[in-house]
Formats: sequence, structure tokens, C-alpha cells
Amino acid sequence: MIEASTVGVSIGDRRIVEDVVFTASAGEITAIVGPNGSGKTTFLRALTGDLPYRGRITLNGREVAAMRPPEAAGMRAVLPQATQLSFPFTVREVVKLGLMGGRSGALAGEAERLPERALAKVDLDGFGGRFYQELSGGEQQRVQLARVLCQVWAPVLEGRPRYLFLDEPVSSLDIKHQLVIMDIARDYARRGGGVVAILHDLNLTAMYADRVAVMSHGRIAAAGTPRDVLEDRLIAKVFDCELKVGVLPAGGVPFVLPQSVAARL
Amino acid sequence: MSIQSVVAPATMHSGQIAGDRSGRARLVIGALCVVLALTAAFGVSSGASDASAFAVLKGWLLPAGAGEAVLSERDRIIIYDIRMPRVVMGMLVGAALAVSGAVMQGLFRNPLADPAIVGVSAGAGLGAVSVIVLGGTLLAPLTAVLGIYALPLAAFAGGLAVTLTLYRVATRRGQTSIATMLLAGIAIGAMAVALTGLLIFVADDRQLRDFTFWSLGSLAGATWSKVFAVGPIVVAVLAVSPFLARGLNAMALGEATAAHLGVPVQRLKHVAILLVSAGTGAAVAVSGGIAFVGIVVPHLLRLLIGPDNRYLLPCAALLGASLLLIADAVSRTIVAPAELPIGILTAAAGGPFFLWILLRRRGILDL
Repeated sequence: MIEASTVGVSIGDRRIVEDVVFTASAGEITAIVGPNGSGKTTFLRALTGDLPYRGRITLNGREVAAMRPPEAAGMRAVLPQATQLSFPFTVREVVKLGLMGGRSGALAGEAERLPERALAKVDLDGFGGRFYQELSGGEQQRVQLARVLCQVWAPVLEGRPRYLFLDEPVSSLDIKHQLVIMDIARDYARRGGGVVAILHDLNLTAMYADRVAVMSHGRIAAAGTPRDVLEDRLIAKVFDCELKVGVLPAGGVPFVLPQSVAARL
Repeated sequence: MSIQSVVAPATMHSGQIAGDRSGRARLVIGALCVVLALTAAFGVSSGASDASAFAVLKGWLLPAGAGEAVLSERDRIIIYDIRMPRVVMGMLVGAALAVSGAVMQGLFRNPLADPAIVGVSAGAGLGAVSVIVLGGTLLAPLTAVLGIYALPLAAFAGGLAVTLTLYRVATRRGQTSIATMLLAGIAIGAMAVALTGLLIFVADDRQLRDFTFWSLGSLAGATWSKVFAVGPIVVAVLAVSPFLARGLNAMALGEATAAHLGVPVQRLKHVAILLVSAGTGAAVAVSGGIAFVGIVVPHLLRLLIGPDNRYLLPCAALLGASLLLIADAVSRTIVAPAELPIGILTAAAGGPFFLWILLRRRGILDL
């Protein structure tokens, strides 16, 4: 369980995040959506312990600010938006960095080939010998996800759930790999882990997220299931954009279209 | 064709697992041990006198009486009091410079960071010259207390001051600006050189001679007492550096990601800064301005075994030591019986090498 109560974050003198109350449960994908500059990444960086914050944030009951890096690393892994590498590491070497804390939780037999297994998961089978710097942006992003998966391979370790924090995990990916990555996140949650992901694609959010928190001007504007949260007026207001939310006949999953397109249907 | 493309196919062949270069790295460590042993033996046995390492070995192995006959008193002095301290000091200095360079590159996340280029050596030099010139007057209490350690410790302090300043100036919110680092290094280096110049201005003739000798970069003044002065510092640097290796690897992904992986980033940075300053300070204190070892050695090794610091750091120590011994052997023989200061040699070879790296990496540098 991730719990944040009345959290505020400032960068310099600017208050970026204000009075945020947020929870994310193990076994679920919790999406954070919102327009550019609404404070999503800043809030995520507070959740991951990168930024000092006011208020309380706890991970499995432990205050994030009080955790030392190795303890936090055994409880959660973080995928940043993009990762530049300054030296010519191979893909395998990058993925293997995820294992440096020794808390992957993989079974003894799995551990040896874990980088290869993680790479296969993100559809990069056979990329181990390539140089990271020579890959495309989308491929690099998937390599980083493989590294993140290695770090907290077992979604539950010693009876406690672990968490993936993903900052725009699919924004540089083609549609197939967006689905591959979101399926990995869903699988991780189904097996007892927790996933918190910043997403921009509202339709992907509707399809995959169990819960959605909508951020606007550094605050949570709404939170709940996709069906509760993704409704015309709120979405149009938060994104300051003419949008129409429909519901797919099968399963009742909401979908979002620009008003101009929806009007023609 | 890029450097990476040249290396990649060989990478695939050497390890069973694609992209795993640890097997090759271990081989290279073994090979470099052999190279160092050979260069050290050569350094002890070659020179203007014909006293040879072979004779030394015989002297050790044969019973006491017979040993005397093999090695004359003159040869004993040449080998034990002139060549050996020089070889040991060469190894210490080469290892210290190469490891300092590799650690600094990991810390700044940039293959172009080098203590000599960004002014750390200049700061260490200022510390050393302060002791040379002011050791009898203003700093007399310091030299009285610290004895032979005054010079390396002063150099360490100077290097530390520069490294800390550099890090403060070039790093904002966990991101180190390469351009700022290089430019700040020029500015700080210039200030250190100016202060050094001021000290030279007030120095007397004897101090001036000491300084000139020192500043060209040379192992010629090697004595056992100098070896004992810097040896413990260098050994400490070499002993601590492996503990930073994994953290520095993670740092290649950025400070935030290193922290996410469980690295105590602040502590890592502090230890790395101390290490770079101590290593550079120790080397500069006894050998003056030997430049480019810290950038050439790690760069060559990254081409060979990749950037994994767990292998890079020990390899850098071994190759740095060997390279300096080779350079020293060349500097002793190229204009024999005179001696070329080794700093001239490393600068003459290292300068073009640095330009070559710049040309190949121009795009990545992003000034």
C-alpha cells in the first residue's frame, strides 16, 4: 500500500504539488494523468524519495523520506522518462545493474539468466550484446524497463508487495510495444505487486488502469475507477480541451475522442 | 565506423552470454599483471649500468656468501637504492593517476574528465609548491609535524579544494554540466597556476631548482623516503576504489537512478572526491606534472573490456603502472645518457590521443 496524505512539494520557491492525498494498492495499476506541468512527475519523484516533501508518504507503512536507499531499492523500482548513458555499456550490462541490490527475489534457478528473461519480456530477445547507446529511444526505454523488472522481479517478497513506479513508460513506444509494456504492468499487479504509472494516453489508461488519479495545477482533481473519473465535463475541464467520453459496449470501458471527431460519428 | 561497432562482434564471441564481457575482463586483468611484472623487471634491470635483474634474483636465491660475488657493491646501490625506488614510485604514480582518472570520469559521468585537464593537478601542484617554497618559513610548523608527509598531504589538500569547487560549480540538481565542468576547470586551474607563479616569484634559487625539476614531471628524484611518503596514500586509494565500482556503474544511469538502485549517492560522491584528490595529490607531490595518464588508460581499457568499473578500476591501476614504467624507460633511454622528463613524453603522446577522443566523440560531448 502506498499512502500519501496532504503532501506538498516545492522546487526552489515554487510550490509544484499542494495538498495531495493519494493511495495506491498492491494488486492494482494506479494511473496518474493530467496535462503537462500539472505536477505529475514532481509528485512521482516525491513518492520515489527523490524530492523532499511536506506531509506523509508511506510505502508498506514505512515513511519514504526516512528510508535509506538500499531499503527503498528492495521495495520499489523506478522507470524514469528517459535515461542517457555516458559510457558504452552493452544492453545486458545495463539490465544487470538492476540486480546490484541482490533483492530481485528470483528463484535460485532463474537468477542466472534473469537479464535475458527480462529482455525477452520487453520483446528485446537477443539484444543483450548490442550497445545501449546505439538503440532507438523506444528500445532504450524497454531496456530500462527490463532493468527495473530485474530489480523487483518477484512482485511479492517476504510477504510484502513491491512496487513499480513508471514515468510515462509508453510515450516513446509504438502501439504494439505500448501494449506489451502495459501487459507487463498488468501481470505484475495481478501477481500481487503494485504499479503507479504516469500516462498520457487516456484510452490506454481506461483499458489498463484499475484506478486513476487526475492531477491539475498540482492537486488531485479526481480519483477513482476509470469509469468514475473519465467523464466528459471533468476531463474537458482539466485538459482544457473539447473532449467526448464514450463507453465501449463490451465491458463498459470508457474511451475518449476529440469533440470534433465525436460530432461526426 | 564507430568504436562500438568494432568492439561488438568480438564481444559476441568471447563470452557465452551475449553482452557479458566479464570473462574477457578477467583475462585482461591476468594479462596486465604479467605485463606489469615484465615492465617492472625491465625497469630494475635496464639502465646506464649493466647491473641486471637476473643478478638480483641470483643474489636473493644463492646463499649469502655466493650472492656477494654476483652483485658488486656498486651494482647493489644502483639496483636497490636507485632503480627499485624509481620503479616502485613509477608504479604507484601510474596506478594513482589512472585510477583517479577513472573514478573522476565515473563521478562526473564523462569520459573526458581527467584530474590534469580540469585543474585538480594544478591545485595539487599549488599545495606541493607551497610546501617546497614556504616549508622553511610560513608552513614550518606544518612540515615539522607532518615530516615527509607534508608534501603529499598539501598536494592532496590542494587537489581536494579544486575537486570540491569544481563539483559545486558544475553540478546542479544532480546533473553535471560537461561544458561548465571543463570551463570551470580552466578558470580554477588558472587561479592555481597564478598562485603557484606567485610562490615561484618569491622562491630562492634552491627552491626554484627543486620546483623546476618537480614541475616537468619526472621519476628521476625517486627515493625510498618518497616512496614511503606516498605509498600508504596510493595503497589506500587503490584499496578503497573497488568499493566504489558498483556505485559508479549505477551512476552512469544518472544520480536519481543510482539512488533508486540503492546506491547511497551522497556518500559515494564524497568518497570519490576524496579518492580523486588523494590519488592525484600523491602522484603530483612526488612526480609533478605527468598528464593524460588518467584519461588515456581508462579510455583504452573501456574499448577493450567495457566500462564496468569492477574491472576497469583494477585494470586501470595495472595498466597505469605499466604505462608509466614504459614511459619512464623510454624517457631514460631516448636521449641517453641524459634523461627526458617523463611529463614531456606523456604530454606529447597524450595530447594527440585526447584530440582523437574528442574527434570521435564530438557529437556526444554536446558543448
